[in-house]
Amino acid sequence: MSYRLSHLKQLEAESIYVIREVAAQFENPVLLFSGGKDSIVVLHLARKAFYPAKLPFPIMHVDTGHNFEETIKFRDTLVEKLGVKLIVASVQDSIDQGKVVEETGVNASRNGLQSVTLMDAIEHYKFDCALGGARRDEEKARAKERFFSHRDEFGQWDPKNQRPELWSIFNGKKNFGEHFRAFPISNWTELDVWQYINEEKLDIPEIYFAHERDVIKRNGVFLADTPFVTKAEGEQTEKRMVRFRTIGDATCTGAWESEAATIEEIVEEISVTRLAERASRADDKRSESAMEDRKKQGYF
Amino acid sequence: MDLLKFVTAGSVDDGKSTLIGRLLYDTKTIFEDTLEQVKMSSERRGDGHTNLALVTDGLRAEREQGITIDVAYRYFATPKRKFILADTPGHIQYTRNMVTGASNADLAIVMIDARHGVIEQTKRHSFIVSLLGIKHVVVAINKMDLVDFKEEVFEQIKSDYLSFTSKISIPDLRFVPMSALDGDNVVDRSTKMEWYQGPTLLYILENVQVSNDHNFVDSRFPVQYVVRPMSNEHHDFRGYAGRVAGGVFKPGDEVTVLPSGFGTKVKAIHTFDGEIEEAFPPMSVTITLEDEIDISRGDMIAKPNNKPVSSQDVDLMLCWLGERPLIPGGKYMVMHANNDARCMIKEVVYKMDINTLHRVEDDKSIRMNDIGRVRIRTTKPLHGDIYSKNRFTGSLILVEEGTNNTVAAGIII
Repeated sequence: MSYRLSHLKQLEAESIYVIREVAAQFENPVLLFSGGKDSIVVLHLARKAFYPAKLPFPIMHVDTGHNFEETIKFRDTLVEKLGVKLIVASVQDSIDQGKVVEETGVNASRNGLQSVTLMDAIEHYKFDCALGGARRDEEKARAKERFFSHRDEFGQWDPKNQRPELWSIFNGKKNFGEHFRAFPISNWTELDVWQYINEEKLDIPEIYFAHERDVIKRNGVFLADTPFVTKAEGEQTEKRMVRFRTIGDATCTGAWESEAATIEEIVEEISVTRLAERASRADDKRSESAMEDRKKQGYF
Repeated sequence: MDLLKFVTAGSVDDGKSTLIGRLLYDTKTIFEDTLEQVKMSSERRGDGHTNLALVTDGLRAEREQGITIDVAYRYFATPKRKFILADTPGHIQYTRNMVTGASNADLAIVMIDARHGVIEQTKRHSFIVSLLGIKHVVVAINKMDLVDFKEEVFEQIKSDYLSFTSKISIPDLRFVPMSALDGDNVVDRSTKMEWYQGPTLLYILENVQVSNDHNFVDSRFPVQYVVRPMSNEHHDFRGYAGRVAGGVFKPGDEVTVLPSGFGTKVKAIHTFDGEIEEAFPPMSVTITLEDEIDISRGDMIAKPNNKPVSSQDVDLMLCWLGERPLIPGGKYMVMHANNDARCMIKEVVYKMDINTLHRVEDDKSIRMNDIGRVRIRTTKPLHGDIYSKNRFTGSLILVEEGTNNTVAAGIII
């Protein structure tokens, strides 16, 4: 018999299954949407999962305030087009309320502060599960994640004590005050995501495509010269042909030298690259356990 | 391109992480910057060489202790295939993670240290692999460099292994002598073991046939979620969303819905990309039916002449994962095929002695990492199949009330 699915169709079927399982097991889930390619794919899969019904949950952007303009424009256009409900949780609000103190100095970033804002929003809206676009191939601590990842009442991840996750049976049972993170595209690689975006003809923010931009070179990473980046003494702005491989807080998302101007060219570029996707993320370069440590504190 | 999910198992220091590092390195999957980080860590630790095991050990505690604690998933591709590998821990106290990693695998690599041969963990892992219905097993006899690449050592271990596994079922079993540290017979053929004429590990991984491992005969559709748009456009739409667990469904097919037993026909099979003419495993689709019947999550759609067994008394092989031992007569939550129920442990029939594969009938205490035959009574019928017939409808988990921890993996027999 020749009933076969391509690897992308297999991954899609698995992700849709996970998303439906979230909707079935939780009362008040939310989909975390950053405007980056991974969350665009998760949102698309969620639409597929419930078609012809609408999404049975809202989407939420944890906004550091240090955004690339193009991402916010893209987010608002997409939300309007799909008619989904958007919640914006703002790091600026957490700072104004005195819940977090902003980092200072040249390497200051609001990336880590997101965890507090995220946790506050989860508590405020009483979300019991947050769906996100994290992938296991991204980073070594993320390689240890479950599809359904339990968080205690402090939002902490306990990597040494994770629930065994067998077959496709996802145990989302929890006590009051606890919540879950669910990662439907756990098994996708960066290349799978791009191939899927290509196959499904999904719109993505312009900054994923090569463009000329003012950048500052710091620790081997090209940071976009935005008002949020404090220049160190002697640092010069230069013009480079770049694109972004990941989109996060503008202060720690490095640009990537590239000529890739179409999705096909990006697929081509990613399939031959010898550098990791998060190589351009300054937040992961802080230490060998940077991601694990942030995740334990409730980071995505 | 197709996808192979596989799992690696073995005891501590068999060189599992090294093998995986080697596979990733030789298939050029390790990124330069990751490798740079590994080189730096190796130097700091004084390893004396680039320690490829550090590629997979993702947690701080793992790097500190030099052991794998939790399942780590790795992704790589060759021009022939995409691979998802679950790297599982060898320590006894983490055997539950081995079960986790193995539950979704199509193939297992069981590692043996050539110096130590078949040991208790090898037997335990092999038994779990066969219990979990993995049809393809590669026994990787590693560290051949430390036994001077001797054929006799390989042959002895092979024969020891075969005499052990004659009592369990592994349809496709192969042996490869290797040295993961130097890469012999992993991706490239070894020049030091001319006596071995078989394929390299990667060749097996690329070529093993797994597409027929799904059950395309016995139609099973567990209802996962009811889709009701209640919009003007789709006012009366009531679709049953789920993943095809077995067989093939087509519009017009006569079906029976369990537990009600009502019969109807498939009206259409919907996806976001349009209606389709047939749905088969592992597709996620939404089915509409000709008649309005009361159906909810946990119900099962099957064919009138081929239904799963619906019963409240279920016989299981149970692999205990929880820290607290099984309580005979105790009550647990049970999750099976998108269905939730509660159950009571009616009887522990026997415990398996993993080393001898004998049934132990005088000691029926089931503790963490024990495997035993157990009978449960559920609060409502489960619609299941024997695990060897269907991995999806034949598996369940037990959840401890109070802690909500997953405490057991159950295989319907």
